[in-house]
Amino acid sequence: MDTPKKNPFSLQIDVSRFEKATEEEKRQQDVMSESTTFFKDGMRKLMKNPLAVASMIVLILVIGTIIIAPMVVPYGYEEMISVNGKRDKTAKNLGPFEYSKREQAVIDEGGSVFPHIMGTDSQCRDYFIRVVEGTKISLSVGLFASILVLIIGVLYGSISGYLGGKVDLIMMRIVDIIYSLPDMLIIILLSVVLNERLANSNNPVIQSLGTNMVSIFVVFGLLYWVGMARLVRGEILKIKNNEYILAAKAVGAKSSRIIRTHIIPNCISVIIITTALQIPSAIFTESFLSFVGMGVKAPMPSLGSLANSAREGLQSYPLQLVFPAVTIVLIVLAFNLLGDGLRDAFDPKLRR
Amino acid sequence: MSKYLVKRILLAVVSVFVICLITFFAMNAVPGGPFNSEKALTPAVKATLLERFNLDKPIGQQFLIYMRNMLHGDFGISLKTGRDISGTLLECFAVSAKIGGIAALFAVIIGVILGALAALFRNKWPDRLIIFLTTLFTAMPSFVFATLLLMVFCIQLKWLPVWDASNRSLVLPVIALAAYPTAYVTRLTKTSMLDALSQDYIRTARSKGVSTVKVIFKHALRNALIPVITYVGPMLAYILTGSLVVENIFSIGGLGKQFVQSITNRDYPMIMATTIFLAVIMVVMNLLSDILYKVVDPRIKLD
Amino acid sequence: MAENTAKKPPLLQVVDLHTSFTTDKGEVQAVNGVSFTLEEGKTLGIVGESGSGKSVTAYSIMQILEQNGHITQGQILFQGNDITHYSSKQMQDFRGKKCSIIFQDPMTSLNPVYTVGNQIMEAVLVHHEKSKAEARDIAINMLKLVGINDAERRFKQHPHELSGGMRQRVMIAMALASEPWILIADEPTTALDVTIQAQILELMQELQQKLNMAIIIVTHDLGVIAQMADEIVVMYGGRICERGTADEIFYHPAHEYTKGLLRSIPSVDNMKEKLVPIAGTPINLLNMPKGCAFCARCDNAMKICLEEVPPELPLPDGHYASCWMNVVNHNYVEEPADE
Repeated sequence: MDTPKKNPFSLQIDVSRFEKATEEEKRQQDVMSESTTFFKDGMRKLMKNPLAVASMIVLILVIGTIIIAPMVVPYGYEEMISVNGKRDKTAKNLGPFEYSKREQAVIDEGGSVFPHIMGTDSQCRDYFIRVVEGTKISLSVGLFASILVLIIGVLYGSISGYLGGKVDLIMMRIVDIIYSLPDMLIIILLSVVLNERLANSNNPVIQSLGTNMVSIFVVFGLLYWVGMARLVRGEILKIKNNEYILAAKAVGAKSSRIIRTHIIPNCISVIIITTALQIPSAIFTESFLSFVGMGVKAPMPSLGSLANSAREGLQSYPLQLVFPAVTIVLIVLAFNLLGDGLRDAFDPKLRR
Repeated sequence: MSKYLVKRILLAVVSVFVICLITFFAMNAVPGGPFNSEKALTPAVKATLLERFNLDKPIGQQFLIYMRNMLHGDFGISLKTGRDISGTLLECFAVSAKIGGIAALFAVIIGVILGALAALFRNKWPDRLIIFLTTLFTAMPSFVFATLLLMVFCIQLKWLPVWDASNRSLVLPVIALAAYPTAYVTRLTKTSMLDALSQDYIRTARSKGVSTVKVIFKHALRNALIPVITYVGPMLAYILTGSLVVENIFSIGGLGKQFVQSITNRDYPMIMATTIFLAVIMVVMNLLSDILYKVVDPRIKLD
Repeated sequence: MAENTAKKPPLLQVVDLHTSFTTDKGEVQAVNGVSFTLEEGKTLGIVGESGSGKSVTAYSIMQILEQNGHITQGQILFQGNDITHYSSKQMQDFRGKKCSIIFQDPMTSLNPVYTVGNQIMEAVLVHHEKSKAEARDIAINMLKLVGINDAERRFKQHPHELSGGMRQRVMIAMALASEPWILIADEPTTALDVTIQAQILELMQELQQKLNMAIIIVTHDLGVIAQMADEIVVMYGGRICERGTADEIFYHPAHEYTKGLLRSIPSVDNMKEKLVPIAGTPINLLNMPKGCAFCARCDNAMKICLEEVPPELPLPDGHYASCWMNVVNHNYVEEPADE
């Protein structure tokens, strides 16, 4: 039995302690837990997640390398290495930090040659700068494709969700059909067609990107947004029927205000998380297509096309496969883990 | 249930139709007829050829003819080899189905076991190891993994033969294809297992005095497997897509290799046929896994 | 108290129970020194609002807390044996056979993928060496006992094919299938319609007499408590405010919180009076005040209430309360010196 610590009789009764407490004193007792905003709380959680933080660091390092490396490394991604203005044909398939005979000669004479951090490829190009450029292209494809998906998906989803009724029904049937199409096959198909159709186009955008790239974007724009559209519509429908929206309407809040203060903040976390997870999936798709030979236009490298061309010399120069492969895995891993971290930190459904 | 079934089948039919439509018109959008690239033909020969392949008719009619033939199992003949396409497709499909089927089985069985283990040893080392590996494998494109496998086991270690027509080991291609789905099934099983373990009925089972092992394998796992079933369709689609590269890397004459080859050859009827064939398989698999899901979950029957 | 009745230990005695949960925001003391006694065949009611620790107390007895919850201090004596030190094997034997529990939400408490019969049979087979056919007969008899018509047909159905009230009956049948000494009912009627509520409570009382079992009923509903309980424990913020016989608690409440609770329910007697809600919000268990947990919401709070946890004082007729007001008003009785 819970024995009282002191016998109340033996207690030196201090009469003042039995005075009525004031309201203010009572309020001080009513300690609430520290109130934080949704964003602050989410950031705190995110920063506590070591994997997410590590992923952010990796991504920052990767992006930093993409920006800095071309300034520091004196080689171009599409040029053969040249020594004293002459093309150096001996600089073929060098290992990391190896020098060609002619470069060695320059060094022996006391000159300096910037090292080939990842060696060179079969066409005497510095492999490091090619991997950096490939990373840049793969990342940009991922990013732009995701932004495309974001814009179309959010617009479509919110229109469908907001209008509701028959419009919603028809719009969602279309989504259902697109959703069930095998995306990779359609991408390949479209690449084939667009390749032929746009091959002779003089459009500068197409010329610089290559038709395959254009078809990747077209397909992302046509097919990949459906997931996002479904999510956004779902969120909006859920929010629309929530009591607090009814309450806001009942007190006479304008639609624009409801959208700004209630719908957007509630959707934004879902949208950000989905976009973060869309980037690696787009990188995956691009590298896959490049690997099949339907990706970026040579001599432009992407991580997938680098891996593909490394296949030929796999027996002798396996590192040429390892470098781009590791880079893809690293980037996709970082985005996946960051996306997971964001979801854990910001998804209201997971919060208690 | 039956209403859902009808709706779901209708959607599948519409999807297949849309795929045929896209494929057919995409292929027809390629500039130049199929005979332009060949040596110059006399107008008379060309006209005969066009008539023979119904290419003189309006495009809408051509589509209808194509669809009718397709429904009879006739995809026309390959421009490259001149062989009957449906025969080639079936031959290749047999090869792909074998590898893909083994990979799918592997992925589901191993994935469920690993996922259940990860959930059981939550936050202990087996869980961390399994989750580390699955995270790694979900970040690795199948072509990277396949090439790495080839490099390590065939070239460096020489454990398994490569490009050997007589003794084709399926081990590496199956592993390459199954890696991602296995990792995905593992994660899915773990998540739904943890979800199931936090349900009230688990508390009820424990409060009855049921042993921990039985709580997990009788009460949690059965419920946890329901979401895994929904993944079976997308998984098969993934494996089929993955076979495009994996079959090329390991030189296996399946549908994937056929598809890529026909693209390289600009063999349009073949591309068209393979696309439609693959797409139909994927749509049907999705349909089956959706229906299976409804069958397995007893709660659904009410609505 | 209990030490004096040496001849036969009470059926269940909870002594100074502390249960806490490890969360990412810190250690949450959900139950903070709870003690009570349950005698054979009697009904004990635990009342409190959400977060008062009443359900956690019940789950602590069964040791079915979430993974992050654990008993940190105190004893739970079943027929004199401390079950907090039981091995998991011993606990498996305890659960269901010695003590069963039914939960608030019969919708989610039954496994959706197994038939009702399967789940009741399991409860039998776990504890008794019986054949499947025997277990089946027991299960069907149990279904009949809890008043389910057409028991053979219901036996083969899945939970989703049954109504809420019927599912709660199934839960009771399952809980009683191994003839436990104690039935814990955790908010057994909260999720049910009012008419069904009464039926379920009547069923429980009827079965209590037939099977001579003790019941612990955990609820926030004073109406349920009034109908069922012999003894009542009132909880707030993880501590016991007051405990005693039902009559004592209802007619001589000695804690400001209990008084507040009684003022806030409508009854035939106070129809004309205005209902008085308890102001403020329930306490945050992460930030427990230094003194009495209820002081911030208490109209008569004194300075001492803010600083010191009130001790549990004995009042007349086996009634105990932890409120400084009893010290001021000198309501308490002197206890023997050895206490």
